[in-house]
Amino acid sequence: MLLRLVPENTKINFMAARKVAIAFSAILLVASIALFAVQSLNYGIDFKGGISVEVQMEDGKAVPMDEVRQVVNDMGYVGASVREFGRQDDAMIRIERQPGDADAQSAVIQRVREELPAAIPGLTFLDGNFISPTVSEELKRDGTLAVTIAVIAVLIYIWFRFEWQFGLGAVVALVHDVLLTVGFFAVTRLEFNLSIIAAILTIIGYSLNDTVVVYDRIRENIRKFRKMPMDELINVSLNQTLSRTLMTSLTTLLALFSLFFLGGPAIQGFTAAMIWGIVIGTYSSIFIASPLLLSFNLRREAMIIEDEKDDPTVDKSRPNNPFEQM
Amino acid sequence: MLTFPRWKVLMILAVCLFGVLTAAPNFLTEEQRAELPGFMPTKTLSLGLDLRGGVRLLYSADTDDVVKARLENLADQVRDIRNNNRAFRIRSIQTEGRSVLFTVEAEDQIEAARQELLPLTQNSVGATNALLGGGVQEVAMTREGGAFTLSLTDQGIEVQKRDAISRAMEVIRKRIDPDGTKEILLQVEGADRIVLEVPGASDPEEIKRIVGKTAKLTFHDVNTNVSPEDIARGRLGARERAVPFSDRPGQIVIKERVIVSGDDLTDAKAAYDQNGRPAVAFTFNTAGARRFGNHTRDNVGRPFAIVLDNSVISAPNIQVPILSGSGQITNIGTAAEAQELATLLKAGALPIPLSVLSERTVGPSLGQETIDAGKTASTVGLVGVIVFMLAYYGRFGLAANVALLTNLVLILGALSLFQATLTLPGIAGIVLTIGMAVDANVLIFERIREEQANGRKPFGAMEHGYGEAMSTIVDANITTFIAAAVLYMLGSGPVQGFAVTLAVGILTSMFTAVVMSRLILATWLKRAQPARLPI
Repeated sequence: MLLRLVPENTKINFMAARKVAIAFSAILLVASIALFAVQSLNYGIDFKGGISVEVQMEDGKAVPMDEVRQVVNDMGYVGASVREFGRQDDAMIRIERQPGDADAQSAVIQRVREELPAAIPGLTFLDGNFISPTVSEELKRDGTLAVTIAVIAVLIYIWFRFEWQFGLGAVVALVHDVLLTVGFFAVTRLEFNLSIIAAILTIIGYSLNDTVVVYDRIRENIRKFRKMPMDELINVSLNQTLSRTLMTSLTTLLALFSLFFLGGPAIQGFTAAMIWGIVIGTYSSIFIASPLLLSFNLRREAMIIEDEKDDPTVDKSRPNNPFEQM
Repeated sequence: MLTFPRWKVLMILAVCLFGVLTAAPNFLTEEQRAELPGFMPTKTLSLGLDLRGGVRLLYSADTDDVVKARLENLADQVRDIRNNNRAFRIRSIQTEGRSVLFTVEAEDQIEAARQELLPLTQNSVGATNALLGGGVQEVAMTREGGAFTLSLTDQGIEVQKRDAISRAMEVIRKRIDPDGTKEILLQVEGADRIVLEVPGASDPEEIKRIVGKTAKLTFHDVNTNVSPEDIARGRLGARERAVPFSDRPGQIVIKERVIVSGDDLTDAKAAYDQNGRPAVAFTFNTAGARRFGNHTRDNVGRPFAIVLDNSVISAPNIQVPILSGSGQITNIGTAAEAQELATLLKAGALPIPLSVLSERTVGPSLGQETIDAGKTASTVGLVGVIVFMLAYYGRFGLAANVALLTNLVLILGALSLFQATLTLPGIAGIVLTIGMAVDANVLIFERIREEQANGRKPFGAMEHGYGEAMSTIVDANITTFIAAAVLYMLGSGPVQGFAVTLAVGILTSMFTAVVMSRLILATWLKRAQPARLPI
């Protein structure tokens, strides 16, 4: 007997929960934006500029954080932050940009690199990094730009392939996912760096993937069940695709959890963002993107008439598909 | 859809074989790769800095200097024309912004001057091909009465800047990796940024010191008749300047005019002088040798100054005319310094000043640890997904798993073939692809289940399952692809690595999950002829 995540022929009434879901999301969204406005994000040096040095203790021993802090403070870098980086034997030291030019910044790295292992036996240098404010400003700008362009490109694509209601519904869901991910970083204080932008763009791709699968089914059913009321039709479509939605989320989460626990500290932030994004994206494609179609007053006439002109026996009139012939 | 003509089967197998061949070198040792026959691919994945350790520097090039220098040069050209022509008189040459301004007062001389100046505007730069041209006009001339303006065009400046950056990159390459064995990475980022990655390096200071040197070498005549008091008061002749010694206090007055410069060198290497002290031996090109020969012939007994980056290395007396075109720079500290100077001189002077914008040093242990962690994470994720698919879809899951593994081989092959750089985010991209690649199969299989539940026979269920799922799969993959493309265009370094693996993964997964799994399942279906699909 093969495993089943959900029983066949589920009849869960997702649409009944839509008002609750939308209210719930609205609260989360407001909270995310408020949190972001109040305490901003814990930007990494990618976006803030400054200096970071990663060190490691030999033989998996715990880094003596207080000692490291003491040494860094004694070197005159007051306000430097020292924290565990993913594992107990790994520590990340972040130092504000020091007065002077680029050479002054690398001199700081050089000093920490030499003096820290000298003061604390068993400590080795792993990674030193400094980023000037010019570059970090640009990275921030490019990151925001990338997310915006991706959302717009997607809007255009969906609009082109479906009706405008679908495009709008998908984009609202995307913005929802992006904002909640930002909120997630505002709450957890995880470092927000360049790789998180990559994670957000992947979440956009993934969440959209989910939404498009459901939308595709809705479109198909609109043509199949001419008499069914729209809310019921959306419900049927969601139930039909539920097994796939959960299955794909599960395999992706399997891979991501493996990365999170085994992939090392450097990508933990990235995978945490992805895991959160997959959960949120799955939720939003079921509870936000699809019910919104109803609110946008999606009507079947617009979608059916065209097809009937072409082919009165519309059973499977689908767009031309380059792969069908393979 | 379930019948595959023989040629299609062969093509699918050929793609798989190609994938295996291109991925294979990654699993061989260097010796084994060397023994492969010539037609076999030998390229392996190139690992990013975060995986192999090393130094990454982001430089900003100050291209404004290029414009300034070119403008000075243009003014000099006008001065040359003025000095060499008696038919007209050019007055008050000055530079302003991006233009050289001057006047010709006598009206009857304007046309003659214009004719003489015209060739300056016919210089085209950035020609892609010497025969076909395709360059842009570099200088434009306008005139109001006798008031001439020669301006550098925007396109011309653009070309000059780009040219300066690529020359700077060439100089950096020759300085850091004179033997071409270090696999350094040099690329332009944006309009005026240069990225330099030196794998395996651990000392960024050393690299920055070598890259940062301008290494502008010039030979000058010396004015020995200026007293130290006059130097201190700045009482120098026209086109003369005081330059400090590199190794001792004090200054020496040199004539601005350059006899020969580092640009005239064809070779430089570390050597020892007759007293056994470190020196750099150099050879001039023909033009340089002639100029240097002429000068030393006319100035026997007088000193000349060897100036490097605005300080005098030495100012030897000319004993005999040096007509051979080769010589030695002495008074260099250590043998290592001589070696460094020789490398610098051979690489040439840096055409534009560079400043460091960001710096990253990755220790070698971090790189290895990251690779190991990436491998473990991928393996565990892969095994998890494989077990899950088997439990969920049985025989169909097996087909999906074969497709998934083929997909990984294809990704590895494609990345090796195109020499894409694998970074840590890139590994994350691959692991993510493992999770997402089965999505297409999940879509198809779920559809098959549904079709079967609706009463279709095995063949029809399969046929419809693949058919109906197709447009969804295409839509879903295109949207992810859009995200990857945006990421690639706007991302930098490691983020781009992630975008590449993600995009490649989407393409290969379309092939394996849709085409390959169908071939496997169709073949099985025809053999087994089951009454019901075990899904």
